[in-house]
Amino acid sequence: MKAVSTIEGRAIPLGLKNVDTDVIIPAHWLKTVSREGLGAGAFETIRAAPGNPFDVEDFANAPILIAGDNFGCGSSREHAAWAMLDMGLTAVIAPSFSDIFAGNAFKNGILAVELPQDQVDRLLEIAKDQPITIDLENQVVTTPFQDRFEFQIDPFRKRCLLEGLDEIGLTLASESAIAAHEIMRRGTTPWLDKTNRRRSA
Amino acid sequence: MASKPRTLYEKIWDQHVVDRLDDGTCLIYIDRHLVHEVTSPQAFEALRLAGRTVRRPDLTLAVPDHNLPTTKRIAADGSRLPIEDTQSAAQLAALECNAPSFGIDYIDATAPEQGIVHVVGPEQGFSLPGTTIVCGDSHTAAHGGIGALAFGIGTSEVEHVLATQTLQLRPSKTMEVRVDGMLGPGVTAKDLILHIIGIIGTAGGTGHVIEYRGRVFEEMSVEGRLTVCNMSIEGGARAGLIAPDERVFEYLRGRPYSPQGDDWDNAVTWWRSLATDEGAYFDKSVVIEAANVEPTVSWGTSPEDVVAVGGCVPSPDSFADPSKQDAVRKSLDYMGLAPGTPIEDIAVENIFIGSCTNSRIEDLRAAAEVLKGRKKAPNVRWAIVVPGSGLVKRQAEDEGLDRIFTDAGFEWREPGCSACLAMNPDKVPPGERCASTSNRNFVGRQGPGSRTHLVSPAMAAAAAVTGRLADVRNLAPCQDGAA
Ligand code: SF4
Repeated sequence: MKAVSTIEGRAIPLGLKNVDTDVIIPAHWLKTVSREGLGAGAFETIRAAPGNPFDVEDFANAPILIAGDNFGCGSSREHAAWAMLDMGLTAVIAPSFSDIFAGNAFKNGILAVELPQDQVDRLLEIAKDQPITIDLENQVVTTPFQDRFEFQIDPFRKRCLLEGLDEIGLTLASESAIAAHEIMRRGTTPWLDKTNRRRSA
Repeated sequence: MASKPRTLYEKIWDQHVVDRLDDGTCLIYIDRHLVHEVTSPQAFEALRLAGRTVRRPDLTLAVPDHNLPTTKRIAADGSRLPIEDTQSAAQLAALECNAPSFGIDYIDATAPEQGIVHVVGPEQGFSLPGTTIVCGDSHTAAHGGIGALAFGIGTSEVEHVLATQTLQLRPSKTMEVRVDGMLGPGVTAKDLILHIIGIIGTAGGTGHVIEYRGRVFEEMSVEGRLTVCNMSIEGGARAGLIAPDERVFEYLRGRPYSPQGDDWDNAVTWWRSLATDEGAYFDKSVVIEAANVEPTVSWGTSPEDVVAVGGCVPSPDSFADPSKQDAVRKSLDYMGLAPGTPIEDIAVENIFIGSCTNSRIEDLRAAAEVLKGRKKAPNVRWAIVVPGSGLVKRQAEDEGLDRIFTDAGFEWREPGCSACLAMNPDKVPPGERCASTSNRNFVGRQGPGSRTHLVSPAMAAAAAVTGRLADVRNLAPCQDGAA
């Protein structure tokens, strides 16, 4: 996972509420074998409408998305996070997120920033023609107009994002505990390790 | 050892704790990992990119099921028939390549043992009592029927298990669903679990692991238990469990991956010690009277939308919660049903007998018993039976069940998930109804615009014969549903 510290750049002012994961990436994109390439299907139904914010030239490769309440609700598909990463998004700002999406975003190194609705509204205005900055270390969103919006984040998630630690990396740090458990397990339930009958049959 | 009485869940959990983190999260060891083609490719890809290996390929088993067409797989000349949908073909090819390259046992699409992961696991003796089992599919809960703590995981977690053989988890709360008394004739495990979900609701088990208790489950076949536990997720619980007993041991004895010799005896002794202790505490408890369970049918687009077959489609106003009223209005609109319609007046054009909920040999026998000597009604356009595995299929053929089905006008297919989620070509057309033995009646689940009525295999057969949802007890000689 890539480390995240400061994200600076244009932010797509979507503003919509209840953007579900079917909107982020429709089901017909799930028959894929890769995390890559899903950006082409991201927000497909919204992008089908002329004049949608995604297709405004200024927002090409924008790293930030600003959305409304309950972002990422619906199906648990992790493809939603992959699709956003693939289109270059590394942060989303919204008044609230669905739990599952927030977890999937974190697992994939996307910073989900929760701010009160009035601050999100202000950012939606500014984002139309100005860049914004998210400073994870100091937990603050700033604009060229001296706005300073502080946000909360779970300390564990913050550390993982700042250091680019993925969950697997963290677990592998417990390698000796895993190995010890395997030895204990072989003693108490040895039959669980004898699984090669099919191949030898 | 004088310790606090524990539940079956707590015993399995405690046994698998590798490490405890400060915030209460535990690192839990995973004994068995089942892999299929849809949720695994990105996990393997990520391992490759990170230069990681699979820690315990010997504890991992891969089998394709979701995308596979259920039509013939091998041509007359012995060659493999191509898969038309190129994306499905690519997903299947990815698994076929990933499994051996990471050293994982792979059951090929054309192997006699191929089938739905949740049918294959217990059938191969890969799923064992007291183990932790995961799979990138929410119906992994099924394996709780043999006394395993089994639950579905997402793709990042699939990758995590492949790399570390563990998961970071928080303990669940415990919930007891106790069923008193015995089921009446013609009432099956499927009717019971639909009834239970109707009572607890789709969020009733959220945050909990359910243990199903009571004589009904003790006397229920292993197949029936797998059906019940399978749908725990539909009641909001991540996993469901039934204490392993002699029936389970008999079921597992001699299966390809089951322990043998001394290991078998030691394992059985171990498994016997797993049952919930007298006086153990459950965070939540629900008691259900078996005598109140009738053959049960879903009418809406949520698995909690169920009613006894003798009942009627409910009115939105009969629900107290305004948001539920709204949901019911929407789902009746989608289902094309008017409140007050007797369930038995609802005509169906499609019948699907299959899915990891109801595609085992006992399910096919129950349906065949109803169909024997009968034909599907003229308005039933499409009726298919999709056995849960190649072994189930062969067993059914040995018993002559395939002939009963085809004589009745059913198509006899190759194993796979099929119309349960319609990822392969088996789909219910828009606006048409299907009496289905699967587990989800969500909007569009069996194909865009499809209308699903969840039923037991015997009830699906009754619907095929009458062309409408019908009470199987008025049709067939009564069978002992709990056996
Ligand atoms: S049969 Fe249906 S529920 Fe079962 S594993 Fe396949 S898709 Fe999932």
